[in-house]
Amino acid sequence: MDWLNTIIRTFFDFGAMAEVLPQLLGVGLLNTLIISVAATIIGVALGMIVAVMGISPSKWLRVPARIYTDLFRGLPAILTILLIGQGFARLSQSIFGPSPYPLGIIALSLIASAYIGEIFRAGIQSVDKGQGEACRALGMSYARSMALVVVPQGIRRVLPALVNQFIAIVKDSSLVYFLGLLVTERELFRVGQDAAVLSGNLSPLVMAGIFYLVITVPLTHLVNYFDNRFRTGRRRPSAPSSGLNEVKELDAASPLITGSNT
Amino acid sequence: MSLASNTASTAAGAESQTFHGSSLELKNLTMAYGDIEVLRNVSLAVPPGTTTCIIGPSGSGKSTLLRGVNRLHEPKSGDVLLAGESALQVKPDLLRARIGMVFQHFNLFPDHTALENVALALWSVKGMPKAEAREHARRRLAEVGLAERADHRPRDLSGGQQQRVAIARALAMEPEVMLFDEATSALDPELVKGVLNLMAGLAKRGMTMVVVTHEMGFARKVADQVVFMDEGEVVESGTPADLFDNPRSERLQRFLSEVL
Repeated sequence: MDWLNTIIRTFFDFGAMAEVLPQLLGVGLLNTLIISVAATIIGVALGMIVAVMGISPSKWLRVPARIYTDLFRGLPAILTILLIGQGFARLSQSIFGPSPYPLGIIALSLIASAYIGEIFRAGIQSVDKGQGEACRALGMSYARSMALVVVPQGIRRVLPALVNQFIAIVKDSSLVYFLGLLVTERELFRVGQDAAVLSGNLSPLVMAGIFYLVITVPLTHLVNYFDNRFRTGRRRPSAPSSGLNEVKELDAASPLITGSNT
Repeated sequence: MSLASNTASTAAGAESQTFHGSSLELKNLTMAYGDIEVLRNVSLAVPPGTTTCIIGPSGSGKSTLLRGVNRLHEPKSGDVLLAGESALQVKPDLLRARIGMVFQHFNLFPDHTALENVALALWSVKGMPKAEAREHARRRLAEVGLAERADHRPRDLSGGQQQRVAIARALAMEPEVMLFDEATSALDPELVKGVLNLMAGLAKRGMTMVVVTHEMGFARKVADQVVFMDEGEVVESGTPADLFDNPRSERLQRFLSEVL
């Protein structure tokens, strides 16, 4: 059983795993979550703007939104991160200091916003046209009917897709290491990678992988749960009833209004 | 403000109110979707406080006509006069706040309660304080017999109840004209009458109404004027007696023989 021993030593060296655990918890996990959550928040905000522009009646808003989306969805994430992380390093230094960390977050946000924009756009466009028309017929402006009625309905529908996007961001956050992070800024992958190089053993990376799974797998199942809830919807259960109840309800309501001779 | 309350305020919310509907006139209205003209040169006068029923086969342009009146779809040419003034010169949002519309599929806001459905435009368009808007909405719902269902969401209401919420929602804006687009076509047969009675009540109390309907009984009983449309044009119009008892055109005779 030599090969089994080799596998265990290479991937599941518990000593090496235990050694890297404090760093993964204290540094890696923390930074991965900070990067992912920050990128998601900024991505959602930008994505909403892109989505609303994308369905605007005005071509001057629609076309830029389209180009933006095509650009950031079409490029490999690593390329965008490097272009932005290195291209704007000077500018970033004067604002944020020498760390490339903020630029990494911004690059991830831009990529995420392109995807999230498409998610929002699909959600908003899936709302029945009658909703917007009912608003307009009441005298609401386009902007108001979008903000008060159409967009909230669209968002609710795409919550599961947004969680999926968050999972994608968590995984993509590992790419930020390409920008060269300070020791305290390293996210899960980089912490695991450094330890793997030092110990000449892949177990720390496997440990980092387990951390990713601990974040992403429960979320995936949460999505499925929500997806079911949203699709089936909640309805007040009611006993079978006679249509006559409603006929009576109206007759009793107000003969003055209905003008019926009851 | 076209709504005036009478002095009598009897049972909860059951105020007897009369409306002061405005006149509505279409002049050579032509409407198109792209290159296809779906409404050609339609002229129509609806005196204040009267009800005009539009009948005709599907695709004859009835709904399009309604959507031209409140400019949900912009007319291609011709004019719409509301209270004698061109509706095309007014800002669409301001125009629509003066015209109520009720849809075939209700179009209630699903994540709002019945009360919020009615109150929404009151505060967001009319600028009423929210508490006042809710109070107002509660009275409107009582008028259509739904005081007890104010906190239900649309999916917990029957079709008839939903349509009554939709009518209350439109009436709450105190419109000068009400447009009904096949308001009972999606309802349980048993619930149709309740909604039609409600509409008849509005007509009796002075609302100007344009009603697209397949309910010939309603048209005959309530309408002051009936308009028969086919292929985007008005084929025949007149009093219910004229149209239903003495149809002049062959097309209307044919239509009536099929539906009556």
